[in-house]
Amino acid sequence: MNSAANQISAKLNYSFLENNQRKFQLDIDLDLPSKGITAVFGESGSGKTTLLRCLAGLEKGARGVLRVKGEVWQNERFTMPTHLRKVGYVFQEASLFPHLNVRENIKFGLRRITGDKNKTRYRQVVEQMGLKKFLDNHPNELSGGERQRVAIARALVVEPSVLLMDEPLVALDANRKREILPYLESLHETSELPIIYVTHSIDEVARLADYMVVMREGRAVGQGILSDVLEDTSSPVFLGEDMGVVIEAKVVERDSHWNLVRAEFDSGHLWVRDTGDKFGKKIRVRILARDISLALTNHSDTSIINRLRARVVSINDHTDPAMLLVNLALGNTIVIARISKRSASQLKIESGIEVWAQIKGVAILR
Amino acid sequence: MNNPFKKAFYGASLILLFSNSNVVVAESLTIASASNFAETVAALVQEFEAKSDYEVRLILGSSGRFYSQISNGAPFDIFLSADREKPAALVTNGLALPQSRFTYATGRLALWSEDENLISGDSSVLSTDEYKKIALANPRLAPYGKAAMEVLTALSLSDDLRDKLVQGENIAQTYQFVSTGNAKLGFVASSQVIKNGALTSGSAWLVPEDLHLPIHQDAVILAKSKENSAAHAFMDFLKASEGRRIIQSYGYGLQDL
Amino acid sequence: MKFSSDDLTALYLTLELAATVTLILLLLGAPLAWWLARTQSWFKGPIGAVVALPLVLPPTVLGFYLLLAMGPNGPIGQVTQSIGIGTLAFTYPGLVFASVLYSLPFVVQPLQNAFEAIGDRPLEVAATLGAGKLKRFFFVGVPMAKPGFFTAAVLGFAHTVGEFGVVLMIGGNIPGETRVVSVQVYDHVEALAYGQAHQLALFLVLFSFAVLLLVYGIQRNSYRMLFRLNS
Repeated sequence: MNSAANQISAKLNYSFLENNQRKFQLDIDLDLPSKGITAVFGESGSGKTTLLRCLAGLEKGARGVLRVKGEVWQNERFTMPTHLRKVGYVFQEASLFPHLNVRENIKFGLRRITGDKNKTRYRQVVEQMGLKKFLDNHPNELSGGERQRVAIARALVVEPSVLLMDEPLVALDANRKREILPYLESLHETSELPIIYVTHSIDEVARLADYMVVMREGRAVGQGILSDVLEDTSSPVFLGEDMGVVIEAKVVERDSHWNLVRAEFDSGHLWVRDTGDKFGKKIRVRILARDISLALTNHSDTSIINRLRARVVSINDHTDPAMLLVNLALGNTIVIARISKRSASQLKIESGIEVWAQIKGVAILR
Repeated sequence: MNNPFKKAFYGASLILLFSNSNVVVAESLTIASASNFAETVAALVQEFEAKSDYEVRLILGSSGRFYSQISNGAPFDIFLSADREKPAALVTNGLALPQSRFTYATGRLALWSEDENLISGDSSVLSTDEYKKIALANPRLAPYGKAAMEVLTALSLSDDLRDKLVQGENIAQTYQFVSTGNAKLGFVASSQVIKNGALTSGSAWLVPEDLHLPIHQDAVILAKSKENSAAHAFMDFLKASEGRRIIQSYGYGLQDL
Repeated sequence: MKFSSDDLTALYLTLELAATVTLILLLLGAPLAWWLARTQSWFKGPIGAVVALPLVLPPTVLGFYLLLAMGPNGPIGQVTQSIGIGTLAFTYPGLVFASVLYSLPFVVQPLQNAFEAIGDRPLEVAATLGAGKLKRFFFVGVPMAKPGFFTAAVLGFAHTVGEFGVVLMIGGNIPGETRVVSVQVYDHVEALAYGQAHQLALFLVLFSFAVLLLVYGIQRNSYRMLFRLNS
């Protein structure tokens, strides 16, 4: 993580009446990295969006201290109004200005700046979001995904210190999501811009995030580097069927006969489906706890290709009383296996023993 | 002040008139009176009711509107017009009783101001720059307005004052313009500013009757009220000395009967 | 139709008055409607009610109080005299002033509805893009409320053309200055000149019908546009 001056640090408190009835209180104390994607994850009603709105200055009642890259946006005496904060905000619905075409929408924020730098910036953003052919269209002539890309371009063009995204994919169907994700990934790869990305989809978190904040009832109940948060089976971040880890790996070998590639990570390798990635390409894979089974010996008489030697680090309870979660170390990399209590007892699984992790499925995220 | 109340009362009585005409009409009387005669007729009615068992309903308004309402069957018994032409026309059209028509009053014009020092009992103020607006009733609609124009013509002032003239729709509104000070002076009915022979406020010039054609105000009983004894009784009261005394006390002139 | 020169003067005056009043109302009404649409202040209720008063009050009430207020001893009269323009009754500026009050709700309410229909979101977006209060009003509020401006302008104009009671009470029936069409029709009727009255009256009926037809047509279109945005 960067030096403190370069971080986004927020100690905010905001309470209000939800629908004039239930009192809701946001109470958070966060230090977020100054680059990469921070996923703010939680169920609906956990305060994710409210947090984002407080960061942008859209909630007048918020109190506390907010510092972004050394600049004070809010403290006890002072609250910088939204329009003076160098913030980009992408809402759930694209919320494009209906009276302006795509070009005018993107240029809306440029009113405050002039000069050649702007032209370059504008061209670059249009290029990056693939909007060249839509510039003269009006919002109602675009698909949901295209609209959201315009909204992202519009937020980016003003060169914000931080980009806030509030479930930008939630209103889109699966195809549109697939269409827009590569743009988000390219944003992630090509810029230093910190992005705070609110979502309730663990898939999006696994695919995009570097850092993760877990919200529940207005509080941040977990925060840290993505893999740390995901592999922490004792934390309150319980994902049910979606429990699993994310591993960064690199393509090193191709078996074109079986249509597989070998992906090497810190402490071993996995065979995964060949999606045409070049050698050396960094990919991100996800292994769900329910897809790992354990064996005491290495069975070659099984359909499972990926069998890795592992050491049991810890054993944790599952909300399902018949099941257990087992943290396994593959060298430096932690994965989680979900097995039944009965199997654990039969195999005498306990901390410190060596086992074989049989990995049924590996999802390539990117 | 109690206008809505009055309206409701008239509304209710109209319904009674139509549904129960035999019972009610026998004892009661509806008078439609030109608004310049408002206060005088109110005093007359009060006196009349005190001396008889009849009950009078009084409706005030513009003579022109009463004329069209009567032509369309309005349920009045007596029409006290601000002019001579409308009662005559009603008689011609068979809507009023010919023998009932008579001139109950002749109107007197007064040039009046709320400013006590403005008018010194003659017309001299008219040719000064002491005022920006002078009010009169619409000459096309109101006999008092027509007479006021005749006065200005007789004084050879009608062209000079053209830009200063403001018109009320009737003599009541003209009085309102002057009394609120929006027009500094104006031609009103003397009955509006004279009570018991004295000026009620401000300063005035009682316009000599030879400067305009006489403002004859005629009364008629409507044809369908031929059998209404109350109507005949009220007309008699207007002609009797007591009625004439009241009319005169409000600044009206009288014609020999 | 053939109008007398008096009738034409009245028609021309009426159109001039309505156009002037509409322009003033749009300039005054837009910020007022914007404030009413966005504020959470306690004053929203009382001020909204005051703006709506002319909808409920008989024109005679407004006319009566204006006559008193504009007079040399009334509060408005005191102000106008002290700045050296005399009193406002029986003058064209006085008529404009009264008409602005009288037609205010017909302009403010459609604008307020249009501003409210925009919702908070576009303004929040604009704020995150660096637009301050004024820019949000001019570059988001006003353009997005365009159909509302059209409705407001047409209703304000039409209502001023149809104004009668107030003009009657403070106008003084001066040709070319305060004698508008509605008063002219009234005078024709009072003078039993039904033929002339019919001509002007029929013209007004047709005019008003055309205006309302236009407004309803445009409203339908703008509703359709809003619907498309939200879907």
